[in-house]
Amino acid sequence: MKYLSEYRDASVVNQYLEELDKITTRPWTIMEICGGQTHSLVKNGIIGLLPKHITMVHGPGCPVCVTPLHLIDKAVYLAEEKNVILCSYGDMLRVPGSKKSLLEAKANGADVRILYSPLEAVTLAKNNPDKQVVFFAVGFETTAPANALSVLHAQRENLKNYSILTSHVLVPPAMEALVNDDTNIVQGFLAAGHVCTIMGISEYYPIVELNKLPIVITGFEPVDLMQGIVMLIKQLENGEYKLENQYSRVVNSEGNKEAVNIINQVFEVCNRVWRGIGEIPKSGYEVKKELALYDANKKFNIQIDEAQECQDCIAGEILRGIKKPNQCPQFGKKCTPINPLGAPMVSSEGACAAYYHFTNVE
Amino acid sequence: MCLAIPGKIQSIDYVYNGMVKMAKISFGGIIKEASLEMLPTADVGDYVLVHVGVAISKVNEEEAAKTFEYLKEIGEIDELIEHTQVDKN
Ligand code: SF4
Repeated sequence: MKYLSEYRDASVVNQYLEELDKITTRPWTIMEICGGQTHSLVKNGIIGLLPKHITMVHGPGCPVCVTPLHLIDKAVYLAEEKNVILCSYGDMLRVPGSKKSLLEAKANGADVRILYSPLEAVTLAKNNPDKQVVFFAVGFETTAPANALSVLHAQRENLKNYSILTSHVLVPPAMEALVNDDTNIVQGFLAAGHVCTIMGISEYYPIVELNKLPIVITGFEPVDLMQGIVMLIKQLENGEYKLENQYSRVVNSEGNKEAVNIINQVFEVCNRVWRGIGEIPKSGYEVKKELALYDANKKFNIQIDEAQECQDCIAGEILRGIKKPNQCPQFGKKCTPINPLGAPMVSSEGACAAYYHFTNVE
Repeated sequence: MCLAIPGKIQSIDYVYNGMVKMAKISFGGIIKEASLEMLPTADVGDYVLVHVGVAISKVNEEEAAKTFEYLKEIGEIDELIEHTQVDKN
């Protein structure tokens, strides 16, 4: 399915488009946070159908895209150690490090595996007692409980050969950093539904109040996105700023308490470097000190130099919403999904890959 | 990788001395294991959203069907099948 016309609820989306046309009187710039939402907006051709007045900028909500180069180099280094099985989610393997990607390390003989779940990595560790199994644990709040749970399972199994290399990022601090940046052009956010399924919605009230900026928690299907955009534009046109929940059929305001509890058993909040954006205070999770045995960063003595980012790639500007992928000189030329120069061209949730696959977008 | 996929709980096993509930979950016929530790009240027959091997919230049947169909349209389910095969080696 490429375009809206092929989508089963196309008529509902069209109704929202008509409504949006009616209510929009001025130019507005809004951002969707989640890469799954970017993917959906671009893939269904919605971006091209929105009223000219509305500009969508695509947020940094792709964990693969914001994982720092240095950590990818670390993962490659570990993968190339003799006794290590390095595993991660599929997209992570193709992201170019400063010298190579994990996939290239695999082609050269390193034991690198794609897994669907970190819990499978624990089983792998149990079945390979003579190997060190390292799970490259990237993700937002949605993925944090599963990654944390893998540590608890390893602990229950009394495994000494399982650890995680964490690159966990948190959404609300990043939203704050974006609106506080001098270059900010975003006037309202569609917040990521699945992140709120875990964490609840309370963290967003201060962002709304302090910045007088509306936020609508939104799902990722075309109808959800259209409804979210309409709710957001209505607020903007009326001069309101509120936190609204479009995705209440899945997100309740408290979130999932058991999941938060599991996160808190394993992780603590830390400052985190976001690729292309820089360090954002209190915007990530790292493994708690007392669980250092399960923290690949502490367990292994990884000595590699901080590498330079590829000069041709403007991912930093893409991730902050300052430029669109098709404004990058390398887009579709030197940089394609088969031969990506930067992470946003790798993951299906990355803005560059979404534009590459589905543009008839201006 | 950020999306959660809806499926139906087929059966539940207790592991780690009965401390932990693991479920067999059917995603349109593809069976995968998922932990129910974050949804202690989930039971056989319930529909749940599963993200990287962990069930994170309950949904109703209608919502599950609708979301599943959409994920299929955008190719996310293919990814699940692909990774199911990779897991086996
Ligand atoms: S198109 Fe490629 S080179 Fe340009 S910003 Fe995107 S990932 Fe980087």
